[in-house]
Amino acid sequence: MRLEFSEEDECFREEVATWLAQHLVGQFQVIRGRGGPGDEHRFVPERKEWERCLAEGGWTCLGWPEQWGGRGASIEQQVIFNEEYARAGGPGRMGHIGETLTGPTLLAYGSEDQKQRFLPGIRKGEAFWCQGYSEPAAGSDLSNIKTRAEWDAEAACWRLYGQKVWTSLAHESDFIFVLARTDPEQQGHKGLSFFLLPLAQKGIDIRPIKQLTGTAEFNEVFFDGAACAAEDLVGEAGDGWRVAMGLLGFERGVSTLGQQMLFQVELDEVIRIARANGSAQQPALRQRIAEAHIGLRTLRYNSLRMLSGDDDGSLSREAMIYKLAWSNWHRNLGKLAVDVLGPEAELVEAAPYELNRLQSLFLFTRADTIYGGTNQIQRNLIAERALGMPREPRGDA
Amino acid sequence: MLRESAMRFLSAHSPTVVARNAMTLPGNVDLALWGRMTQELGWQAIPVPESSEGLGLGLVELTLLLEETGACLSPIPLMSSALSALALRMVPDSETQRSILQAIAGGAVVTLAHTAARPDWGAPGIAVSAVKRGEGWRLHGEARFVSCGAVADWLLVAAVSEDQRNVMLFGLPSDLAGIAVNHRVTLDQTRSMADVQLENVVVEESALLADNWLSALETALDMGRVLVAAEQVGCAQRALDITVDYVGERVQFGRTIASFQAVKHKAADMMLKVESARSLLYYAACTADAWLRGNARAEAVREAAAMVASTAGDAAFFVAGTGIQLHGGVGITEEYDIQLYFKRARALESYLGRPDESREVIAAALLDVDAPGADSHAA
Repeated sequence: MRLEFSEEDECFREEVATWLAQHLVGQFQVIRGRGGPGDEHRFVPERKEWERCLAEGGWTCLGWPEQWGGRGASIEQQVIFNEEYARAGGPGRMGHIGETLTGPTLLAYGSEDQKQRFLPGIRKGEAFWCQGYSEPAAGSDLSNIKTRAEWDAEAACWRLYGQKVWTSLAHESDFIFVLARTDPEQQGHKGLSFFLLPLAQKGIDIRPIKQLTGTAEFNEVFFDGAACAAEDLVGEAGDGWRVAMGLLGFERGVSTLGQQMLFQVELDEVIRIARANGSAQQPALRQRIAEAHIGLRTLRYNSLRMLSGDDDGSLSREAMIYKLAWSNWHRNLGKLAVDVLGPEAELVEAAPYELNRLQSLFLFTRADTIYGGTNQIQRNLIAERALGMPREPRGDA
Repeated sequence: MLRESAMRFLSAHSPTVVARNAMTLPGNVDLALWGRMTQELGWQAIPVPESSEGLGLGLVELTLLLEETGACLSPIPLMSSALSALALRMVPDSETQRSILQAIAGGAVVTLAHTAARPDWGAPGIAVSAVKRGEGWRLHGEARFVSCGAVADWLLVAAVSEDQRNVMLFGLPSDLAGIAVNHRVTLDQTRSMADVQLENVVVEESALLADNWLSALETALDMGRVLVAAEQVGCAQRALDITVDYVGERVQFGRTIASFQAVKHKAADMMLKVESARSLLYYAACTADAWLRGNARAEAVREAAAMVASTAGDAAFFVAGTGIQLHGGVGITEEYDIQLYFKRARALESYLGRPDESREVIAAALLDVDAPGADSHAA
């Protein structure tokens, strides 16, 4: 296993760190460390402005080919960028759906026209995207999509009807990609198509979902005849599942070390409090703090193992366990945080419900083991794909 | 490549029936298998420096092999000899050191007899005293939990000086007058353990390998913890594999029990623990090798060893214990192998320190006032 990066990559790290240190100042000082999970709704205009600053510096869409304004950066360089970005306190990326999901999908499956119309906006930090997958009846069973798209011959466009849910930052985005059923005769992953839509139009209604933290990052998005131009269907009609699943493979773990850097900041805060309030001397908490430290380091070496592995894009054993590992680690950290705080954890800083970072961590990490594949789905995937155990039967519904 | 050749050799020559048969061999060690391995594959020479006729490699290679021998419960003294070779790399050059290293490279069984494990496995647990006597030393006391002691050709004995201030390491042929090695029957029936009594053993000055060996002892034990973790990862992996095989065959309610989510999810949790331990193991092996090359601090080895020891220890016990549960009734029979892995996991979990003790090592470094890096965490 490789524990270190090459000299060239370390030079790149230096360049990233220097640029961030020079630019994450002045008007952007206020967004340092903000806008991460649980805080995504904060400082949106400032974070959009920051995206444009990043773009001007050439730090958006690093992994994209140069032809489309990227740097064609290696996986290692993307990992390093994410790590340094987190280390510098870079704010939660407003552009990450466009950069990591829409862009790679269009690069792989989009038409030349789609690439020309959509990629530059993402690259320049001017067009923000959200993801329209989950529905009330399509959560873990993602292919059970009911949103439908009908061809409107008169207007020569597609019309969408239905509802998406858990759409992060839809209310702050410009575009949405939607998986919708174009063939009502088909069920499951057949008969789905992949659409690109502007959000600001008649026929789209966005309603925030207030979470247990009192904040609202997610939305419901209702479609009632929303229009999607004929040329904004990605791939062929009926090809949507393949396009959507391809997209899930694009992330490739480049953000894992950056994510762990944020986790380390949280763990350091827990340790700081434990030392200050004396809970660091309680044997049971000492064990749990040590366990948290070990768990985070395990995530790191797991990631480095992933990066050292074969680059054929197939998921290795260590990659298959990663979601289950990090989400449960993080959820446990949330509980450790409030246990270290003790009774203080119960006191909220201000009305109406102004949570501190650790209270927010505690509550919001309950989502970690649910979104992006619940613990239960992850265990099914591991058992079936890594251990070759029988697949779950489908009900007859 | 090394892993493939190990798997080929072990699947041919070290199925679990060999481990079962070794329960009745002297010292629970299969010296015929060991002889074959040393001659055909030469793994025992891996950690021995090239100057002593070895390969001069380190823990990256050793852990890979020990994963495989751990998976097979191979009744051979590979870990004992490997740890001894590593310990001998931490003593000054001497005639005795070179001759024991050469003996290891040649296939001799050498083991560490360093502790009575009371109150712990480190220096406070040493129960042999060394008294200067003319041109040599007189050693008296006991060492316990000596791996493969009953078949050892050489013992590496740690001793404390009369004033209790100094830890020394001696290299002794096991048949020296005054040394009594008593093989012990263990809860884990497939692993070899002995007590060693030293009754006023008189040795020459040349038997003294190292003076001031306290910090080296701690690092040697950390290396040992990494080697143990390799066996634990192998043990856990095989316990998972045979469990998945079993539940894939066992039919109840008209379907294999592997098709039940309650079973699948336990198997997934088992794999999560195995792979987590394996990721840490690779890191720990790299860190230990970096230390051997002079590129890492001993504290880094200590941290890595504590992290992997606690994680792999818990993983092996969880996986083997859950393995018994998923086997159902046959899991508690002598006939099925899962019980052997359960016993091995239990034995390794407490060897060189329990998981909670390893976590306390981490906790102390993170939380205690005088810990390194304390300033950065100051409230």
